[in-house]
Amino acid sequence: MRRTTLDLWVGFFVIIGMAALMFLAFKVGNLGAANGGETYLVSGQFDNIGGLKVRAPVKSAGVVVGRVKEIRFDSKTYRAVVSLSLDASYQFPRDTIATILTSGLLGEQYVGLEPGGDEAMLKSGDALQITQSAVVLEKLIGQFMFDKAAEGSAPAN
Amino acid sequence: MNGLLNFIRRLGAMAVEGVWRIGFAARFFMLLLRHSGQSLTRIHLTVREIYFSGVLSLLIIVVSGLFVGMVLGLQGYETLQRYGSGDALGVLVSLSLTRELGPVVAGLLFASRAGLAVTAEIGLMKTTEQLDAMDMMAVNPIARVVAPRFWGGVISMPLLAALFSAMGVFGGWLIGVVFIGVDDGAFWSQMQAAVDFRFDIMNGVIKSFVFGATVALIAVFEGYDCTPTAEGLSRAITRTVVTSALAILALDFVLTSLMFRGQS
Repeated sequence: MRRTTLDLWVGFFVIIGMAALMFLAFKVGNLGAANGGETYLVSGQFDNIGGLKVRAPVKSAGVVVGRVKEIRFDSKTYRAVVSLSLDASYQFPRDTIATILTSGLLGEQYVGLEPGGDEAMLKSGDALQITQSAVVLEKLIGQFMFDKAAEGSAPAN
Repeated sequence: MNGLLNFIRRLGAMAVEGVWRIGFAARFFMLLLRHSGQSLTRIHLTVREIYFSGVLSLLIIVVSGLFVGMVLGLQGYETLQRYGSGDALGVLVSLSLTRELGPVVAGLLFASRAGLAVTAEIGLMKTTEQLDAMDMMAVNPIARVVAPRFWGGVISMPLLAALFSAMGVFGGWLIGVVFIGVDDGAFWSQMQAAVDFRFDIMNGVIKSFVFGATVALIAVFEGYDCTPTAEGLSRAITRTVVTSALAILALDFVLTSLMFRGQS
């Protein structure tokens, strides 16, 4: 069997197609980011998670350190249980505070971690003790309007 | 009264013909799979078909991918900057390309560039009785002619769709970052944060694979089934393009509702 120019072209075609797929995977997709590395799971209970979604980023000091793995509702405590998968290269003290924040006014919601001062570090399966719920805009506006109305009705004070 | 009766009669005949063809297509597909062994052992037959359906489609795929990406970049930026989120342009371009436009538009182009050629080739072979001649010489035309063309299409299509998406992202980058002036870092980092490899890109590849198999099957079947006259051949070619386009769009809806329903 001889090699032909046709084989060369087909080889070129396959290589260029594979290169396109690699480009999509590493440059467009998240495969190039620290995604396949070791992770550990911690969970936290929140009163209200707002619009938090699975795969939302977990950030500390603005740096993405993990992703939201799972969101459940605990029917015993009536709170939301959020599992976070954190990059194993980032260690946090055991009294780390988890807060649900919003990037920008209308942006997506993410979990912010604020490290505490404990000597012991979080291990896989640990629960975050101190959490802070998402700010619900409707509640905030309602409260603001209520305060304004209270101010208006009692001008003498 | 007679006209109405004739109309109903024709309608019934059309329905029976349609069911008949679907049944024949299914049997043909089974036969094709059974005789596919030869197109893998005599790999040069398949390589030749990859050349005709894949390599020769490269130019149209690359150019149209680039233009689709550039249009997405322009239109997307117009809308996004109204809400002050022009930085999310990369997300818009890459998600629409990898999830939907890449596989679908590449599939439509593939059907009209490569599928049509396959139908014409096999149909003309049938019209000039080359397929019967092969049968006489104890060469199975399905194994020798049909299966390599089918597998050539199945292999080419995902690669072409990936190339289309990649070129589209490049086109969007060209318009967004180079001409309009969206921040380069924000463009790529927001894109990488939003596009998931398994969820978005692999689903797109699965789609393009399904479309490739569908288009290739329709193309070889229409060629093999065509009425061996000049008019029959032209009808078969038209049917390939129309049926492929409809099949791609309908399948895309089904696949999208299976893959992306209720998630993110």
